[in-house]
Amino acid sequence: MRFTGDKVFKVLVAVIAASALAILIITGYTLSVGSMPVLQKFGLNFFFGQQWSPAAGREIFGLLPYILGTLATSGIALLIGVPLSLGIAIFLVEMAPRSLRVPISYLVELLAAVPSVIYGLWGLFVFRGFMVTYIETPISKYLGWIPIFSGEPGGLDIFTAGAILAIMIIPTVASISKEVISSVPNSIREGAYSIGATKWEVIKRWVISYGRSGIFGAVILGLGRAVGETMAVTMLIGNATSFSAMPTSLFNPGQTLSSLIASGILDASSPFAYSAYIGAGLALLFMSLIINVGAHFVMTRVFKVKGGAIE
Amino acid sequence: MINSYGFRKLKNRLFFVLCAVCVVIAVVPLASILFEVAIRGAPQLSITFLTANASKGGIGHAIQGTLIIVGLTSIIGIPIGILSGVYLSEFGNNRYTQSLRTINNMLTQFPSIIVGITAYALIFNILGSSKWAFSTLTGAVALSFIMIPIITRTTEESLKLVPNTLREASLALGAHKWRTTLSVVLPTTKTGLITGILLAVARVAGETAPLIMTIQGSRYFFRGLNGRIAALPLEIWTNSLQPYPEAQAQGWGAALILIIIVLTLNIAVRLASRRE
Amino acid sequence: MTTLAQENITTKPSQVFQEIDSNAKMQAINVDAWFGQKQILKSVSLSVKPHTVTAIIGPSGCGKSTFLRCFNRMHELVPNAKMVGQILLDGKNIYDRRIDPVQIRRRVGMVFQKPNPFPTMSIYDNVAAGLKLTGVKTGKSLDEVVKRSLEQVTLWDEVKDDLKKPGTSISGGQQQRLCIARAIALQPEVILMDEPCSALDPIATAKIEKLVIELKQTYAVVIVTHNMQQASRVSDYTAFMYLGELIEFGETGQIFENPKNRLTEKYITGEFG
Repeated sequence: MRFTGDKVFKVLVAVIAASALAILIITGYTLSVGSMPVLQKFGLNFFFGQQWSPAAGREIFGLLPYILGTLATSGIALLIGVPLSLGIAIFLVEMAPRSLRVPISYLVELLAAVPSVIYGLWGLFVFRGFMVTYIETPISKYLGWIPIFSGEPGGLDIFTAGAILAIMIIPTVASISKEVISSVPNSIREGAYSIGATKWEVIKRWVISYGRSGIFGAVILGLGRAVGETMAVTMLIGNATSFSAMPTSLFNPGQTLSSLIASGILDASSPFAYSAYIGAGLALLFMSLIINVGAHFVMTRVFKVKGGAIE
Repeated sequence: MINSYGFRKLKNRLFFVLCAVCVVIAVVPLASILFEVAIRGAPQLSITFLTANASKGGIGHAIQGTLIIVGLTSIIGIPIGILSGVYLSEFGNNRYTQSLRTINNMLTQFPSIIVGITAYALIFNILGSSKWAFSTLTGAVALSFIMIPIITRTTEESLKLVPNTLREASLALGAHKWRTTLSVVLPTTKTGLITGILLAVARVAGETAPLIMTIQGSRYFFRGLNGRIAALPLEIWTNSLQPYPEAQAQGWGAALILIIIVLTLNIAVRLASRRE
Repeated sequence: MTTLAQENITTKPSQVFQEIDSNAKMQAINVDAWFGQKQILKSVSLSVKPHTVTAIIGPSGCGKSTFLRCFNRMHELVPNAKMVGQILLDGKNIYDRRIDPVQIRRRVGMVFQKPNPFPTMSIYDNVAAGLKLTGVKTGKSLDEVVKRSLEQVTLWDEVKDDLKKPGTSISGGQQQRLCIARAIALQPEVILMDEPCSALDPIATAKIEKLVIELKQTYAVVIVTHNMQQASRVSDYTAFMYLGELIEFGETGQIFENPKNRLTEKYITGEFG
C-alpha cells in the first residue's frame, strides 16, 4: 500500500501534466484536418494567392495579402516598439533612482494587463483621431510622394494597427530586456567606467553588446505577441480583403491573418469558406511556432536555464 | 574621427533625456486609456445598466456571462493547471518534464485566436449543428486552454521556491510523497498559487477572440450550459462597431466594468506578492 | 579571543596628512564613506608619492577596497554609496563640482580583483577600447599604442598572433595582464590595483608583482592586498587599515619591521586577520 499511493499520484499528475502536449497536438491536428479541403484544392496557391472570393461554386482563397499584412503590422510594431522598450529598460536598470524603479515597472506591466478589446475601443475612438491628425496627415502632406505613404490617411489602416501593436508589445520587450540588462555582470560596467567611458558609452558599447542575444530574444517574443494579437488590430486595420488587402501603402486599410479570422469567420457560408479560415489559423500557428521555437532557443542559451528545474 | 569630450558629454545627456522620454511615451497611452474609459464609461453606470439585459439597455447579462464563463473556466483550468505544475516541479527533471515545460511555456505565448479557431474547428467537426456547438461550455473549454498553461507555469515557479528541507522534513516523518506534496508543499506556497490564479483569471476575463468563435454572444441572461451566453469583451466589441452613439456609450460602460475587474485582480496580485 | 576594546588599544588614526602635501601625486584628506547608513571609512587621510608603490593592507571588511575606489570616483557608482572629504590629484580636488569623473578615470586607471577583460571584444579591442572612445588615435598609431601597452605588461609575445581572439580566451593571469595593458594604454598618471592577484595562481602572481615594480618607473601605483608578503615585496609605502580607519602609514620597511601601533604589530604578526 505504501508504494501504490505514491505511484498512483505520480502517474495521475504526469497524465494531467500532459495536457500541455495534448493542447498542442489537438491544435495542430484540428487545424490541419480542418484546412485539408482548401489545401487539397489550391495547394501552395492557398498561401501565395492574392484573391479571396467566397462566391459559391467559384470559390478562390489566397492568404498572401494577410501574411504580408501580418508581417507589415508586426514590422511597424517592432520598429516603433523595440527602441521605446529598450529606452525604458535602460532607464529602469541604469538610470532611474531606486524609488522610481518599482512604480515605473509596474505601470509598464499594467500595459500588458489591459485587455486587447479595450485597446481596440480606445484605438477606435481616441488613438485613431490622434494618429490621423498629428501623424498621418503631416506625413502624407510632406512624404505622400513615397509609395508607402500614398493614399488618403483615414486612421483605419496598417499604420494605426502597427502603432497600437507597438504599444502592446512594450511590456513584453521592455520587461525581458530589463532582465537581460540587469544580468550583465557589473564587472563589465566597472571595467568600462574605469577606462573613462561615459554612461551612454558603457551602455552602448558594453551593456547592449553583451546582452545583444538576450535583447534579440526579447524582440522575437515581442514579434510573437504582435503576430498573434487580434482584437485591437481587427478593430483598427480597416479589414480589407482580397487584392485590396495587399499592404502597398501604410495608409491603406489592410488585414492580418488574425484579423481576417476574427472579422470574417462568422460570415463564412460554405464548408470551403470555413476551411479557408481554418487554413488561415494554420498559417498563423506555423508563424507562431517558428517564432516561439526561435525565442526558446535564444532565451535558453542566454539565461542557460536547462529547463529551469531544481538540480 | 575625434570624439571631443564636450560632444561625448552632450550625447550622454541627450541619451538620458531620450530614455526618460521613452518611459513617458509608454505611460501616456496607459493613462489615456484609463482616463477615457473612466470618463466615457462612468456616465453609463446605473442600476439598470448593471443589472438589465440588452433589450432594456443594460449589460447585466454580459457581467453575468463573464462571471459564469470565467468561473467555469476556472473550475476546469485551476485543478489541471496546479497538478501539471506540481508534476513539473516535484517529479524530477527528465526529458519528459523538460519537453512538457518547453511546450507549456510556448502555449503561454500562443495567440489566443489560435485557441479560438481550434475550438471552432473542433466544434464544427465534432458537434456539428447540435445545441452544444456554440455554447457556454465550449467557450469555457476554449478559455481553459489559455488558462491551464499560465497556471501550470506560475505553480511550478512558486513551488520551486519551497525549500527542499521542508519536503525532507515531511518525508522523514514517514509521510508519503503525495501527502507531502498536497498538505505540506502546496499550502506553503499558497500566496504564489493564488497570485498565479488571479493573473490567469484576469487574463481570461479580458479574452475576446476565442469567445467570438465559441459563445458568440447573446442579448439575454444565462440560459444553460448548452446555450449561447454574453460576455463583457464581446459586448464591448459589438457595441463599438455600431454606428449609434448610444451603443458606443454602452461599449465604454462595459469597458469600465471590465477594466475595473481586471485591474482589481492585478492590484490584488501586487498586494499579495508584496506581503510575501 | 579577547576583543580590542578589552585591551584598551586606541584605534584613533594619526591624522598627519591634514596639510596639503605638495610632493604627493594623490592625496586623500579626511575621507569618510558610506553604503547607505553604514559608515565604511572614517576620516582617512593618506598621500601617494609619484613613482612609488603604496600598499594598503588590512583584514577583509576594513574598507581598503572602498578607499581605493574613492581615488578614481568608482565608489559613487554603487547605489546608495556616499563619500565626504577630498582627494587631490596634483593638488586639485577630484571631487570638485566642476570636475567630471569620466576625465578623472582616464588619468587614474584601475585593475580589479577578478580579471575582467571585455568578453565581447577582441584582445586588441580590449586594449584599444579606452582610446577608441575619444577617437584621437586611429590606424597605425593605435596599433602602436596597443603593441607598446601589451609589451609593457610582457603579454605581446604571448598574444601577438591572437589579437583578434576574444579577451576572455586567454588564461586568468594573462587576462589580468591584459586588464593592466587596458589601463596603461590610456597613459594614466596613477594605477589603482584592487587585490589584483587574489584570483591567480602563484606563477601568474609572481609575474604581476614583477610588473607592479616596473610600473612605478612610469606611474604611481596604489595596490590593495590582503597578502602581507606581497605588500612587503612590492611596495615602498604601506598603509594599515582597520574597521574603516587608517591605523598606521609609513615606509614599508618600517611598518613591517618596526610598527609603531600595537594593532599594526598584531596584524603583521598574524595575531588576527
